[in-house]
Amino acid sequence: MLPYVSRRLLQAVPILLAVAALIFVLFSVIPGNFATSQMADGRSNIDAETIARMNEQFGLNDPLPLRFAKYVGGLATFDLGDSFRTRQPVTGLIGERLWPSLQLAFAAMLFAVVVGVPLGFLAALKPGSWVDMLSMVFAVSGLSLPMFWLGLLLMYAFALTLGWFPSFGYGDGDPRYIVLPAIALGVSPLALLARTARAAVLEVMHADFVRTARAKGAGSYRVMRWHVARNALVIVLTTLGLQFGSVLGQAVVVEKLFAWPGLGSLLVDSVTWRDIPVVQGCILTIVLFFLVVNIAVDVLCAVVDPRIKYS
Amino acid sequence: MLLKKLAFATALTLAAFTVQAQAQEPRHGGTIRFTAPYGASFVSNDSHVSNQIQDEIYGYALHSMLYKWDAKNGKPALDLAKSVTVSPDGKTYTYKLRDDALFHNGRKMTADDIIWSYTRIMDGSKNYPGARYIARIVGATDVQKGTAKEISGLKKIDDFTLEMTLTDKADPGYFLFQATTAIMPAKEAQAPDFFNKPIGLGPFKFVEHVPGSRMVFEKWEKYYQPGKPYADKLVISPMGEAAARDVAFRNKEIDVSILGSTQYVAYKADPNLSKGLLEVAEVFTRNMGMNPAFKPFSDKRVRQAINYAIDSDLIIKRLVRDKAYRAVSWLPLSSPAFDKNAKPYAYDPEKAKKLLAEAGYPDGFEFEWTATPNESWGIPIVEATIPMLAKVGIKVKVKPVETSALGGVIVKGDFQAYIWSNTSGPDSLTALKCFHSSTPRSSCNYTTFKNAAYDKLIDDASAETDAAKQLELLKKANALLQDEAPVWFFNYNKAVMAYQPWLHGLQPNATELALQRYEDLWVDATSPAAK
Repeated sequence: MLPYVSRRLLQAVPILLAVAALIFVLFSVIPGNFATSQMADGRSNIDAETIARMNEQFGLNDPLPLRFAKYVGGLATFDLGDSFRTRQPVTGLIGERLWPSLQLAFAAMLFAVVVGVPLGFLAALKPGSWVDMLSMVFAVSGLSLPMFWLGLLLMYAFALTLGWFPSFGYGDGDPRYIVLPAIALGVSPLALLARTARAAVLEVMHADFVRTARAKGAGSYRVMRWHVARNALVIVLTTLGLQFGSVLGQAVVVEKLFAWPGLGSLLVDSVTWRDIPVVQGCILTIVLFFLVVNIAVDVLCAVVDPRIKYS
Repeated sequence: MLLKKLAFATALTLAAFTVQAQAQEPRHGGTIRFTAPYGASFVSNDSHVSNQIQDEIYGYALHSMLYKWDAKNGKPALDLAKSVTVSPDGKTYTYKLRDDALFHNGRKMTADDIIWSYTRIMDGSKNYPGARYIARIVGATDVQKGTAKEISGLKKIDDFTLEMTLTDKADPGYFLFQATTAIMPAKEAQAPDFFNKPIGLGPFKFVEHVPGSRMVFEKWEKYYQPGKPYADKLVISPMGEAAARDVAFRNKEIDVSILGSTQYVAYKADPNLSKGLLEVAEVFTRNMGMNPAFKPFSDKRVRQAINYAIDSDLIIKRLVRDKAYRAVSWLPLSSPAFDKNAKPYAYDPEKAKKLLAEAGYPDGFEFEWTATPNESWGIPIVEATIPMLAKVGIKVKVKPVETSALGGVIVKGDFQAYIWSNTSGPDSLTALKCFHSSTPRSSCNYTTFKNAAYDKLIDDASAETDAAKQLELLKKANALLQDEAPVWFFNYNKAVMAYQPWLHGLQPNATELALQRYEDLWVDATSPAAK
C-alpha cells in the first residue's frame, strides 16, 4: 500500500505546480494590485511614489518569470511568502484558519453521510414509494438551493424564529455554533450522496450475484448487508471522496455568511485586497486537501472491496 | 429648501439622540457586542499595518492617539496631551502630554513613545499607511528615504513635553487621530511576539483575536479618563455580510449594525427597529469625475450640462432609498464651510441641452464611464443616469471595473469619467486642496482640475490665521467648485447605524459612523450581556 500512496502523492506534485502557475498568471493579469486596492474606500489617497515603493517592496516590479521562479523556489521549502496586508508569513495565517475550516468540513460531511446515505438506501429499497419520492425531492432541492440563501433561511428559522442556535460566530467550543453552517454546507453533498446511494443500491440489487444469493436462500437482511450494501458502498465512497475534497472550497460562502473563521473568509478578503501570496496559499491548501482526501478514499475503497488492487 | 429640511431633520435626530443618552446615568459593567461591517476579518493585531476602517474599529479600543475625533462638535480634540501651544507661524506645536496615561502593562507613556511610534510609521521598508500623515512632520520623509534615523521635527523637551514642527501650516488634529498613528510602547513593541498580545493606551485591553471571528477586549482599569470605560468587556465581530448582520441584530446577538439601503428601508418601516437608528451625514461625496483630457469635459458648460441633465433627487429616492443627502458641491453637510443657503444643480434637461449647444455639442456626444458594481455609487447608479443623459443627447458606455482596481485606473488617468465615493472631510481645507492645481492626480486631484481663481482662494485660506475669515474663503472656493463642476455632484453618504435599545453613548461620528469611542458606550440592565 505504501508504494501506491507514495506514487499517488508524487503524482499530486505536477498538479499542484499547474494550479500554482494558473493562480499566479491569473492574478498577474487581472487589473489592480495590492497598492491600488488600498484606495478602494475612497478615503485613502496613495500617491504614485508610495505605489511604486509598495510594488518594489512586494517584488511586483520584477519580470513575471522571475517572480514565478521565486515563488516556486519558496514552495519547494514550504515557504508561501509573506502576506502583503499583514506582513506575516502566509503559512502562519493559513495554519490558524485551517482547523476551523476542517472542523466545518468534517461536520458538514458527517451530516451529509449520516442523513444522505441512509436516505438513498431507503429510497432504493422502496422505489416509487412516497419515501423514495420525498427523499428525491429533498435531494434535488438540496442540489438546487444556493448555499447563501439556504444559510440565510437556516438563520431565520433556527436562530431568529426558534432561537435554538446562534446565528453567527465560532463560539468557545460550544458545538451549537457549528450546527447551522455545517447544515448549510452539508446539504449539497447530502443530496448528491442520497442520489448516488439510491442509484448504486438499485444497480447492485439487480446484479447477478444478488439474484444468485437470493436463489441460494439468503435472507433479505443478509443480502442487503453482505452483498448489496458492500458493493454499493464503493460507489458511494468515491462520491463521498469527491464531495469531501471540494467541500473546503465550497465553504467560502458559508464561512463568510456565518462569520466562521476558516480559510474561506481569509480567501475572500485576500482576493478583495489583492493579497496574492495569501490567495495562492489558500487555493493551494484547498487543492492539496482535495488531492489528499481523494487518495485516502481510493485506499479506503480498496479496503472495502478487496477486488480493487493497489496498482 | 429640501436641503434645509434634511439638515433640520438630521439635527433633530442628533439632538433627540443626545437627549436620550443624557437622560440616563451611565451604568458600569456588561459586554458591548460590536460589529465590524467592512470585511470578513481584521488584518492583524498591528494597527500601524492597515488603513482599513475595519481595523480602525478595533484600534479605537486598544489604542489612543495624540488626538481624538470629537464627534459631537465635529472637530479634533487633544487626547494624549493636556494642552498645546502653537507658534505664531502655525507650524510648531508644543504639547504638554498627559502624565496619567498608562499602557496596559502599567507603564507610564512618555514623549519617547510618541517619537518611537511616529518613527516606526515612517519606516520606508514597511510602507505603513499612516506615513502619509506623519510625513507632514519636518524630517519624517528623510527617515522614510533612509537618510535619517530620527524625525528632526520631533523634539523631546522632557518626558511629558513634546515639540512637533510641521512642514506646512496645518492643524495636526485632523490627521493624528487615526488609529494608523496609534501610540505604541516604544520598548515593549520591539519584542518579537509583541503583536501576539499587543498592549496600548486605549480604554480596553486585548484579550484574544480569533482571526475571522472576533476580537475580545476587557476593561482597562487604569484608563486615564476617570470612571471610564463603562463596560467590562468588548467583543468586536467582523461581519461583512449585511444579511447575516441583520439576522444577528434582530436576534439580539449584536448591539449595533451598519445598514445598507435595503435594510434602511425595512428598519425605518418597523415600529420597533426604527426607534434605534442613528443617521449621520458622513464626510464622503459620491461623484462622477470628468477627465478634461477627454475633449467635451474640458468645457465647463458640458460639465454643468451633465449636472443639470441628471435627476439626482430621483436616483437618491428610488435607488439609494433616501440613504444619502443630495450633494450641492464638494464639501458635505457636516463641514463648517458648507453653505446652507447654496442650492444644488436643478434637474433641468432643457438648460443642459442649451449648454451643450453653446459648447458645440448640439447633438450630444458619447463617453465611457468607468464604474464598479457598488450599489450606492457604481453601475446601478450609472445605469439610472443613462436614459436621463440620453434625453440631452449624451450616450454612455459603461466600463465595469472591480472595486479594488478602480483607484489604479483613476490614478493612471485611464478614464473619461468615473463614479466614486471620496472623502471630503473632516478638514475642509485639506478636502478642497484636492482641487488645487498643484495637487497631482495621484494625490487626490483625480480630475486634474485647474483654476487660477480657485487656487488663489485656497492659497489665501491656507495662509489665513483668522478662523472665521478662513471659513469664508473656503465657502467661496466650494461655491466656485460647484460652478466649475469638475464632477457631477451626486450625494453625501448618509451612514445609518441600528442600535439596540440597551446600548447608550453612541456618537454621531461624521468621519465614519462605525468608529466609536468605546469608553463612552454603556449597556443598561436590559442587555442580554448586561452581566
